[in-house]
Amino acid sequence: MSTIFGIPPQALFGQLLLGLINGSFYALLSLGLAVIFGMLNVINFAHGALYMLGAFVAWLLLTMAGIGYWWALLLAPLVVGAFGVILEKTLLSRLYKLDHLYGLLLTFGLALIVEGVFRHFYGVSGQPYPIPDLLRGGQNLGFMFLPNYRGWVVVASLVVCLATWYAIERTKLGAYLRAATENPVLVQAFGINVPLMITATYGFGVALAGLAGVLAAPIYQVSPLMGSNLIIVVFAVVVIGGMGSILGAVLTGYGLGLLEGLTKVFYPEASNIVVFVIMAVVLLIKPAGLFGRER
Amino acid sequence: MPGLLALAVLLLVLIAAPYVLYPVFVMKVLCFALFACAFNLLIGFAGLLSFGHAAFFGGAAYITAHTVKVWGLPPELGILLGTAFSATLGLAFGALAIRRQGIYFAMITLALSQMVFFMALQLKFTGGEDGIQAVPRGHLFGMIDLSQPMAMYYTVLAVFLFGFMVIWRTVHSPFGQVLKAIRENEPRAISLGYRTDHYKLMAFVLSAALAGLAGGTKAIVFQLATLTDVQWQMSGAVVLMTLLGGIGTLFGPVVGAALVVTLENYLAASNLPVPVVIGVIFVACVLLFRRGIVGEIAARFGGKRP
Repeated sequence: MSTIFGIPPQALFGQLLLGLINGSFYALLSLGLAVIFGMLNVINFAHGALYMLGAFVAWLLLTMAGIGYWWALLLAPLVVGAFGVILEKTLLSRLYKLDHLYGLLLTFGLALIVEGVFRHFYGVSGQPYPIPDLLRGGQNLGFMFLPNYRGWVVVASLVVCLATWYAIERTKLGAYLRAATENPVLVQAFGINVPLMITATYGFGVALAGLAGVLAAPIYQVSPLMGSNLIIVVFAVVVIGGMGSILGAVLTGYGLGLLEGLTKVFYPEASNIVVFVIMAVVLLIKPAGLFGRER
Repeated sequence: MPGLLALAVLLLVLIAAPYVLYPVFVMKVLCFALFACAFNLLIGFAGLLSFGHAAFFGGAAYITAHTVKVWGLPPELGILLGTAFSATLGLAFGALAIRRQGIYFAMITLALSQMVFFMALQLKFTGGEDGIQAVPRGHLFGMIDLSQPMAMYYTVLAVFLFGFMVIWRTVHSPFGQVLKAIRENEPRAISLGYRTDHYKLMAFVLSAALAGLAGGTKAIVFQLATLTDVQWQMSGAVVLMTLLGGIGTLFGPVVGAALVVTLENYLAASNLPVPVVIGVIFVACVLLFRRGIVGEIAARFGGKRP
């Protein structure tokens, strides 16, 4: 068996792995978007910029302070999360009483600012970020070669996604959160600090984006543009999955990443648009998305 | 009749403008003003925030540029084909996007327009990163030489006025009233017996066609169609123009487009990073004056929303 459907297995599995990795980032980002949307009713257009910020914080920590990957994995999401908390407290919180579209427009403006600042100082060319020593090299799986770092990214994102899903769907805090998305006034009347919960949710959601940025740094180049192109695909993922469920965001993220990888093998020209085509088809059949419910 | 008075003043200013200002600059303003007016027809009068209007603007620019340069069509036919292309595209995108509302609508239009961007990047006839350059301006109706700056200017002005009057007429028609009813309260409009999806789709197609008219004209003026025209940042720029001038006002998008184009021209010569400044204005508009410049003026002096 030297080929599968006329494709050498090395190429097929290689692309599937790439797809799985892209899918990991789609899942992490759409998960953050879903969490934020659930609580704030805001589509966080700045999500891509904050993902980029996470990667840049990791890179800056390394080049300025010599702080390595493992600390960055902890520190960068904290920095991005703290930045998100400031944004929510000072800007976003002023818009909750208005049409949700203003939240989208505000975060769009924020994305322009954050990306513009980094573009001004670092240009559009990417900065390399080394793979941590512990994860260099790879495993020969017999049918393909798996670089250690890529395996780590997939495992790490899976763990984070599952942990988030568990925290929201199975813990008491998650129950408060879900209750507050249904009826914030009532939940507040029970003595739960809903505004604090909203701020914390936004901070957590963007920290996930920051974490994705650090994970991405050694794979892709750290560049001011890395978020703006990704975010639109993630939006399509969100539309396909439907905003109703956390699990939907995660599963759709991985699924579409894999599908994109497969398209790259069989019909490379369409690989950039396959996600959008799927979105169109899903909208035709199920306007609420695969896992969504009509609001 | 403050509206008609404003229109008369605008007309006089535009007729005199090329004698005071650089004509190419004013033409750029006019093209973007028409684009913003077309966009505003959706957000301002039907309450639909499209984040993918660059697809219609840029798509038409590519079609016009290609048909004029490669097929050798006269400019008016090229622009017409560009507009027809955008209207068709608008029908397809609109039919998909109106299945969802609010922020979903915005995300869907954005994603669909990104599809057009990737096509423009990959298809053969678009020239990839280079775009279509050196598009001949040609002779309008075989008679008027558009390489003369003034001839080109008044052609663009005529196109702009045509588009503006179409929007004016639409807004002040029974159709426009139904759109406003949908914007204010869609369930009520449905219960009154209006097929709101039908109306929204028609508004979407009209808006897409006019955005295409602006894009096709721009391709002739600048003799160029590039990826910048179809990029999602362009969709963002038109949102900013409308927001800055005043969503839901007839003249707001014109004022907003003039300001943004002026600002971009001014900033291009300075050291300030353009996206940051644009982003700050965006945030300031959303937080501080959501009615926009014309909206604020109308609210202060007119007493009611125009």
